[in-house]
This record gives sequence, C-alpha cells and structure tokens, in this order.
Amino acid sequence: MAAKRSASPVLARAQELWLLACAVLTLVPDVEHAPAWLIAAAAVALAWRAAIWWRRTELPPRWLLSFLVAAGSVGVFLTYRQFFGKDPGIALLILFLALKLLEMRRVRDGLAVIFLCYFLLLTHFLNEQGLDVAGLTLAALIVITAALASLAHAGQSVAACLRLSATMLAQAAPFMLVLFLLFPRVQGPLWGMPADAYSGMSGLSDTMSPGSISNLSLSGEIAFRARFEGEIPPKQLLYWRGPVLRQFDGRTWRAGAQQEKVSLPDTAPGETVRYAVTLEPHNKHWLFALEMPAVPPPGAIVSREYQVLSKTPVRSRLRYEMQSRPGFVPDADESDATLRTHLNLPANNPRTRALAEQWRRETGQAAGQNEAVIRRMLDHFRQESFFYTLTPPLLGENGIDQFLFETRRGFCEHYASAFVFAMRAAGIPARVVTGYQGGERNPVDGYLIVRQSDAHAWAEAWLEGRGWVRVDPTAAVAPNRIEAGLASAVPAGEPLPFLVRADLSWLRQIRFRWEAVTNTWNQWVLGYDPQRQREVLSRLGMREPDWKAMTAVMAALCGFLLLGLTAWALHKRVRLDPTLRTWNRLSRKLARLGLARKDWEGPADYVQRVALARPELAQPLSAIAALYIDLRYGKLGGKKPRQKLRGLIADLKIASER
Amino acid sequence: MLAVASFKRWLFRLYGPEAAPIILTQRRVYVLPTGAGLTYAAALGLMLIGAINYNLSLGYALIFLLAGLGLVALLHTFRNLVQIEISPGRAEPVFAGDMAHFGLQLLNRRKQGRFAVSLNLAGGKAVSTDLAADAATAVNLPLPAARRGWLRPGRATLQTRYPLCLVRAWGYVEPDMRCLVYPRPEASPPPLPLSASGEAGGARSGKGTEDFSGLRTHQPADSPRHVAWKAVARGQPLLTKQFTGASTAQVWLDWNDLPPDLDIEARLSRLTRWLLDAHAQGLSYGLCLPGKTIPLDQGTRQFQDCLEALALHGS
Repeated sequence: MAAKRSASPVLARAQELWLLACAVLTLVPDVEHAPAWLIAAAAVALAWRAAIWWRRTELPPRWLLSFLVAAGSVGVFLTYRQFFGKDPGIALLILFLALKLLEMRRVRDGLAVIFLCYFLLLTHFLNEQGLDVAGLTLAALIVITAALASLAHAGQSVAACLRLSATMLAQAAPFMLVLFLLFPRVQGPLWGMPADAYSGMSGLSDTMSPGSISNLSLSGEIAFRARFEGEIPPKQLLYWRGPVLRQFDGRTWRAGAQQEKVSLPDTAPGETVRYAVTLEPHNKHWLFALEMPAVPPPGAIVSREYQVLSKTPVRSRLRYEMQSRPGFVPDADESDATLRTHLNLPANNPRTRALAEQWRRETGQAAGQNEAVIRRMLDHFRQESFFYTLTPPLLGENGIDQFLFETRRGFCEHYASAFVFAMRAAGIPARVVTGYQGGERNPVDGYLIVRQSDAHAWAEAWLEGRGWVRVDPTAAVAPNRIEAGLASAVPAGEPLPFLVRADLSWLRQIRFRWEAVTNTWNQWVLGYDPQRQREVLSRLGMREPDWKAMTAVMAALCGFLLLGLTAWALHKRVRLDPTLRTWNRLSRKLARLGLARKDWEGPADYVQRVALARPELAQPLSAIAALYIDLRYGKLGGKKPRQKLRGLIADLKIASER
Repeated sequence: MLAVASFKRWLFRLYGPEAAPIILTQRRVYVLPTGAGLTYAAALGLMLIGAINYNLSLGYALIFLLAGLGLVALLHTFRNLVQIEISPGRAEPVFAGDMAHFGLQLLNRRKQGRFAVSLNLAGGKAVSTDLAADAATAVNLPLPAARRGWLRPGRATLQTRYPLCLVRAWGYVEPDMRCLVYPRPEASPPPLPLSASGEAGGARSGKGTEDFSGLRTHQPADSPRHVAWKAVARGQPLLTKQFTGASTAQVWLDWNDLPPDLDIEARLSRLTRWLLDAHAQGLSYGLCLPGKTIPLDQGTRQFQDCLEALALHGS
C-alpha cells in the first residue's frame, strides 16, 4: 500500500514488436469485411509504426493523432451514417487500434492495445463461427497473451512468452468448459438489433421472378440439416415447403398477407414422419417442413397455406422438431372466396391464356375435367422440346408467352410459374410453392443435408373433393431432378456448384466427413442455447436446471478448479540430488538404533560417531561414506556407483538389540 | 485511527522484526487485481453483453476462456511470490544524508524461476529482480538515512505483477537488521584543531604523512591521496600507502573544546568531519565525548570505534 504510484515504464523494443504483431494478426481477418478505405488506412498506420520502430524515430505528435482520430470517425460516420451497430462499431475499434499503436509509449498503452485486440477477436465471430475460425482465433489468442506476458517482464525470450501463454490458456480451459456448460444462457438480443446485423444471409425470399431460384442454385451452402427418426423418406417425397406465392403481376410472384391456420386437422390419413431440423439463419420468418406439416414446433405457427412460420426471424442457427404427413392433401373444404383469389391474373401473356382456354374447351368445362387439363399441360411440357437448364435466356414483357412458345428453356421457377398461370387461365385455382426438394444423406452422421442448390419451385392446384394437390411441372421435363438431384438433371457443362458435381466423388467423401464434424460443432457448440443447455444439464443429472442451480454448481466447480490450481501453486518441488536421496536411506536405517544423522553432520563425522557407538559397523560404514563422498563431492558419477551405494546401504546388517 | 492501525496490523500480520529465515507463506501473500486487471474485467463484461446480444456461442467460449485466464493469472502471480525465503544480509554503515542499503538474501527453492519481483522499503525506491531456479539471490534495498544512530529498515514490501500485469501479489516482511548511520560530516568546518592537541604531539609539521612505511589493502574511507596509484597502474589491487613513525602527529577531538553556541548535532557533525580528515591524514587521534573517551590510536579499527561512538552519542 505504501508503494508509490509511479509512471508506467517505457516500452522496450521487443515489447513494441510483440504489440505490432498482435495488431497485424488481429486485423488480418477484418480485411474481408471492413470498408476498403479503413483497411488501407490501418495498413498505412501499421507500416508507419513499423518504420518508426525500425528507424528509432519519434512518434507522431499528439495533435496529429487527434486529427486522425477525428478524421477517421467522420469517415466511419460517412460510410455507415451512424456510430451504433455492429459494422460501425467494428470499424471504430479497428481505427482506435491502428492509431493507438502510433501513440504507444508506455506499458499502459501496450495494455490498451492488448485489450483492443481481445475485443476485436470477439467481433470476428459476428461474421463466422466455424471450426476454422475457432482454430485461428485460438492461435491469435496465444500470441496476444504472450505479448501480454512480455509486458509484465521485458527480458523474456519469445519462446518463453509463448510457452507461458500456452500453459496459462491450457490451465484456463477447464474454467471455460465449466462456464460454457453452466453459465446461465440468456437468449439474445438484449436490445433492438441494428438493421445491419444480419446482412449477407442467403436463402429463399418471399417473391419469385425468373432467375431468382436458379441464382440460388449456384450456391453449395447448406440451407438446413434434418435428422429423421427412422428411415429417410424416398426422394420424391422430400418436398420442403417454404413460402407459398399467390399473387402474380406478370413477372413476379408474391406471397401476400399471412394468416394463421385456425386449426390443424389432427386425424389425417397417412403415416406421420418425425424429424428435427437445424436451420441455418436466413433472417426470415419461415421454417422449412416436409409437406404437409402436422405439428409445429413451439414458438411457431402454421399459416393457412400450410407454411410454418416462426414468430421471430431466424437470426441464429435454429433447431426444431417437426412432424409431417407426406400423404396428406389439405383443404378439400376451401371456401369459394379463397379459391377465387387463386384465379386472379394480370392481363398479359395472351398466347398462354389462349392456349389454356383452348385446352379447357377441348376437355370440357366440368370441374371433374380439371385433372385432364393438368395432364394436357404436363404432356405439353413433356412432348414439346422443353429444356431444363440453369442458364435460361432472359425474358421480356410477356415472359410466360416467350418461355412457352419461343425459348422453351427454363429452370424450375419458369415451369412452375407458367403452369400456375395456365391453370388459372383455364379456371383451376392454383398457386406456386417454393422451398427445397431432395437433399443428400451424409453417410458419416446420417443427417440429411439440404443445400441452397436444392432450392425448388413447384405448383399446387385445387381439385374438387381432394384439396390442394401438388403438381411438379419440372418433374415432367426433367424427372431426374426429383429422383437424383440437380447434378444429373441439368445438361453436362453447365456451371454447377463445384462440389455438387458427380465426377468428384472422393472430394465429396472428404466433404461429407468435414460437414459431419461441422454439424457436430454446430449442434453442440454453436447451437448451445438456453434450450440445449437445459437438455444437456438434465441429461447430466441436474434435476431442476434453473439459473440458481446452474450458478451454484458453476461456482462450486470453479472453486474446485481454483483449489486444484492453488495446490499446484503451493507445490514445492525441491529436487533432491539422487545421491543425497540414497545417502538419506542410511540415516533412516540407522534411526532404528537411535543413530539418525544430525542436520549439521557431514558424512565423515556421522560415520565416525556411529562407529563409536557400534564398532561392528565401522568397516562397512567407512566404505559407504567413502563411496558417498566420492560420488557427491568427487569426480565419480553416474548410475552404476549410485546403485552400488544403494546396495551397500541395503546390505548393512543392523541388529536392533545386541 | 488506532483501530484502523490495529486492524491493519492484524490483517497483514505485522508483529515487528522477525527471526530469519522469513518464509513468505501463503497466509502472508495478498492478491488484488491491478488497474489493468479491472479494465480487463470491464472489457470482458462488455464483450459478454455483445456475445449475448448477438447470440455468439463462440463468443461465450472466448470470453470464458479469457475469464479463466484472469483466474489463472491470479494463481500464477500468487505462485510467483509465495514461499520465497528471506534472510537479512549486511547493511554497511553510512553517513546521515546518504543512502543506506539493506542487503537481503532471497532464496527460491522451486525448480522454476520467479520473475519481476519488486522489493521496496517504506520510503525507499523499489528494486526489481528475477530469482533463478533453486538458488539464492541478493538484493540491496535503498533507504535514505536521514538521522544518525541505528536505522531499522522497517517493513519491506515484496510485490509482483508477473506474468500478465492483471494481478498484483504482495507480502510484507520485517527482517531483523539495522544499519549504523554516522553523523553527517560538516560541509565547511574550521581546520583540524591540531594546535589544541596539547603538548603530547610535539611537532605539527605533518611529517607523519611524509614518512612512507608500507602498503596495506585499501579501505573505502581512505583518502584517494594515499592510494598507491603506481601500484594500480602495474595491475595490482587498490592499496593505501601507510605512514608511521614516531613523528606521527596526534590530535584530540574534544567535545568540550568546541564553541559553546553549537548544538549537539552540529558538534557531532564537526567532530565527524575532523575525524575523517584526521584518519585521511594518517594522524593518531582520540575522541572525547561527554561520558565517553576513546584514547589516542590510529587505523581502521580506531576510526570505526570513533564513528560508532559519534553515531550513537546520547542513545
């Protein structure tokens, strides 16, 4: 307490180098995400600081730094139009770190740099939280902590700092494990999310225009994973229902207003499939379920179009359990008013309209003939020369006319859109359904993986007495798409996502393995939310895992760990010379005669005293003492003489009573 | 105020000088976070809020690892200090106004080294040192010697922030040692009172400093004028030329002969200065203080006896 508060010591050159290395290591992952001007400015600042270090020149004056801080802040504001939120926050942190290096004189400044680095490590997780990122972060953490260690003690070697840092982090790992498992999790967000929080998530949208799904199909990203109880249903049943689109303006299909289904039929025919879906975040409300959803997960509803909707947008990886009835055809009793809205059409595409009306006339106006009209349409797709392709030609004003009568090349959205348009024109209520079709079973962990490249659009037509029947016009053109997946359906040479291609099977094997590992990581580390936590803790035997119990167990376990570390800290490892240890055996042996060695006695004196008390031991004892003295103080060394000494002591025969 | 002092004494186990060796047991080592440590904790709190808000599961992992690191740092810092054995060493006498140095032996019985251990005495500058594995390290703790007499080092503080600057561990020891502080020699005194030395001296030509009789090893108090510089130039150690013989001048340094208007400390100060001069000139001298008289003699022994008598006068 009496210690005077003195100024923080000036940084040594090695310490400055450590801090520079930390800053570089921390800023490298930001290159991809931060604005280019900021990265360039940070690079210049780092290079400047490195030059100052190299040439041992003065740091820039304070007024210049103040100016740079102000200018950089203005730049951040101009880029984002605000200071609050994820991206401007990260940008400001990068700015402060780069400029702090330029006014880094004392150890206290070094500490500030270190803390900024730790903070920036956290912000990298906003972009990605994969296993690779975790590994890189751990490596950076070791270096930054080593730099922190170098601040406490200037003279340490690089290797010593790194070793110390790795040791300390290894000792901290058990605390991390306990806290990770038991720290009562709170479901975020704590406050309103800035609008930019989830920019850059891909997935389906609630509109569909030509090209929107084929673009998505070029991505090999995972949309969701599903794990079935029992067998995975056959591929032609794997229709994952997403947004249902009812309104058409001639080019784009839209979903329209959503209403909650009043009641789901609980006695529907057909078997029930149970499965759990782990959905990647897409920042939209919908969840994907096999057609037709029977029981929604908690916190979700089923809309009137049988779409499963979460109450909040899916902004982090979400795991939910679902039940579906694949054979169920819903809403045979749909009201006339609703059906009429499914006949609305804009006044364009006259040729398609004329074709549909012609089919109608030919098959007859009766509602029972609706199926015949649908067959005419599908036969049309099958018999005329239509092509299924990822790169269809661009379409103009009357897109459906152009597609049906001129280009005849399209992806699933073209077929679904043309089909629904024609059906409506023929007086059959119809709608477009988007979602995913199929999926790939990962042989490593048995999960079904559904990628963005599995995105699909199909149609539903309402038939009297049956309800909304699924019709997939794509299946008429490219049956392989449904049975075997995208890769076998599109003509060879089209730009498929790299790893979806059939000819790279060994690469796919590796990918399956990697994705199984990633899935485990996602399920158990990244998906460890309040619900998972309760699950895990009750499986571990905690009866009532509420926050009080968790905190208590957490504190107890941390206490145990601290006790263990304290024992380690207090453990004295006094290294006894092995020769001395052997020599001490003699004293222990003679202690039985009351002739233990006194602390101050040298070997010669000791042996002399014992020999006086027990003359019969004089001979062997002098040999022992001579050998010991040679071993410990002389040139003699090694294992063999030591063993000899041990043997001599062991052979010493002492009779406790004469 | 008294309660606070006694609480502090109880908390920090301050019971006056202790017998050597003093082992800094775990009950005597205290740990608290430093300012940097508190900043670290605050940063972790902020990071935790961010991780909760953005549902960053890996963020939780990072924060918990860093929190664990903080706890581990606590133990490492504690470990860096605990079980050091402290034994008092030497404390060379100094003159008042100079810096006294208290030597301490720090014994590290562990297989690993200890680093950046800083020691200071209350009112003295801190000394930082590393302790090698399984070895003893000597440190000299400075303390300004203000007044003559026995100087006790009082409480020594050992502290360390190693390895991460986040935690400060410290402990107090009070080694049983003291340092003799001589009176401060007067800066510009009157010349040596050779004339007042009575009839015993006879000649006061200063011949005693001229008759070379031999060499002896150099003592710190010897005048540089008597160092055998030629011998040094030949590569020999520092030697002092000695001058003996019947012609050695004698001087009595007498308290009672000083002007009556001088106070005690000023008298002691002047006598000290004269004593230094007399010793440097190789004179034979005696000291006469109220209640104590040291007969005429010369040499190191006599010099130290006289200085000690001056230092401890009245105590």
